[in-house]
Amino acid sequence: MLRVRNLKCFYGRIMAIKGISLSVREGELVTLIGANGAGKSTLMNAISGMLPGWTGEILFREKPLSGLEPPAIVRSGISLVPEGRHIFGPMSVLDNLKMGAYTVYRRQRGEAVSGDMEMVMELFPILRERSGQPAGTLSGGEQQMLAIGRALMSRPKLLLLDEPSMGLAPLLVEKILNTLTTLKNQGLTILLVEQNAQAALGIADRGYVLETGRMVLQGPAADLLEDEEVKRAYLGKDYDEFYEDF
Amino acid sequence: MSGLGGLSVRFRQSGFSVKIPSFLGPSLPYLLFAGAIALVGLWVENFYYLQVLTFIGINTLVALGLNMLMGYAGQISLGHAAFFGIGAYSTAILTVHYGFSPWIGLAGAISIAGLVALVVGLPTLKLSGYYLGMGTLGFGMIVHILFREWTSMTGGASGFVGIPPLSVGNYTFYSPTAYFSLVWGTVLIGVIICRRIIDSRIGRALRSVHDSEAAARAMGIDTHMLKLQVFVLSALFASVAGFLYAHFVTFISPGTFDFLTSVRMVTMVVIGGMASIWGALLGAALLTLLPDWLHTFSEFEMVVYGLILMVVMILLPQGLTRGILDLWEKSKGEDIDIKGESDGDSFR
Repeated sequence: MLRVRNLKCFYGRIMAIKGISLSVREGELVTLIGANGAGKSTLMNAISGMLPGWTGEILFREKPLSGLEPPAIVRSGISLVPEGRHIFGPMSVLDNLKMGAYTVYRRQRGEAVSGDMEMVMELFPILRERSGQPAGTLSGGEQQMLAIGRALMSRPKLLLLDEPSMGLAPLLVEKILNTLTTLKNQGLTILLVEQNAQAALGIADRGYVLETGRMVLQGPAADLLEDEEVKRAYLGKDYDEFYEDF
Repeated sequence: MSGLGGLSVRFRQSGFSVKIPSFLGPSLPYLLFAGAIALVGLWVENFYYLQVLTFIGINTLVALGLNMLMGYAGQISLGHAAFFGIGAYSTAILTVHYGFSPWIGLAGAISIAGLVALVVGLPTLKLSGYYLGMGTLGFGMIVHILFREWTSMTGGASGFVGIPPLSVGNYTFYSPTAYFSLVWGTVLIGVIICRRIIDSRIGRALRSVHDSEAAARAMGIDTHMLKLQVFVLSALFASVAGFLYAHFVTFISPGTFDFLTSVRMVTMVVIGGMASIWGALLGAALLTLLPDWLHTFSEFEMVVYGLILMVVMILLPQGLTRGILDLWEKSKGEDIDIKGESDGDSFR
């Protein structure tokens, strides 16, 4: 469904992504893990059209995305849950969700949109309770749910999530990730970027490991979870286990 | 967000927008507003009062448009006097030099201002924050110089005389009451247009651009196009106001459309309350009336004027409308204090 080939991204003259390739098949939940500064968010921004000026190839359902602006990309079926949520604080929860449906509003009038809204509120019942409240007054976890719900409102085929677990308590992280599994089982294709490697690999089908702009590892999520290199670098199992081994 | 993040700010249920069920939405405020206009029009006979009220109406029209740009979309313009002036001079030139009817003048004013806004906005709106302020400021100054120096067309610094009054068929808007009604009727239409836009999908998009342009783009909003559209809209409001102004006073000079006027327009929006339609009305009224009230202070007039604006901004940083609403809610004991971010600050 999504195919990235030899992608290079630049910030001015600095190359943040140094030629990576990855693919996401229809119905898959793929995760991309890596430390701070590895280029995860850069990749997300390149796919969603927020970051212009990359070279290489990004194909979505066999169509190249190069040169497309975010509106066209959203319409083509890719929706981004940005890092740090970026919900619209002063606007109500309901208005935030409507904003997510911005690109479908004109073509499908009210009923379809309120149907989608109903679906999102089934998924996150708390949003129904909070629907009239300004989004800025929600808790971190609720805001993340809203950000995901908002992204779903554009009826994406592919959902991109940029660190949905950031700054959330473990219990909430689990809840959010469970929701992603639910969405995947409903047929949504998901590309999940995470620092929380353990949790992300726990729900993903396949995983990629990105390190300072290069793809260093890839494979089925279960294999990556067992990989020594991943364990050492991302799962926080280095010290005690390492010393035991030696 | 900016520096107010940690302050305790009162949120209302959903900002200023109440869900609109019918064509005009909650029509009560409009009916009251229209009723108030009619009452004033019928009862006030004093020429001077009517004149001041008409000026308030003209300023409200400008503030309404600017409020869409600043209050909702969060983009500043320090050159709006230029559009006000373009409206006034376009109709003046078309009616006096070319002998067209004022209504052709109106069409001319709207299309010229719209076109100029489009051409200016296309590159300028790529900027934001202070840089957008500087860009629009420069534009305003260029236009002001044009009014002053293009003597053959604009009459130069000595002004433009002999602009005909407005008329429909045999009826001429001579009497102050008639012109008052015309101006405030236009304001009412302007208010309805703004309300309709704000409560639509476009209105939500505008507010989202204000809040986070990046996130708005991620939602699939063509933010550049949207900003351009609202810029043109606000220019059109200003040009209609300029048109009404020119045919009201029948004499215009470049001094009316200088940088200070642009600043005053911005002040109207800020003082009245950003992102509020009634705020535009309040701000325009206060800033039009203040200089008149303060005549008694003679040479201290400007000092007191500045002082009042400062006090308003310190005590009611979100503007008059928000401040009054807060007091009202407090008196009803309905306020909820929630730590969060305010939607009133938008000088970014």
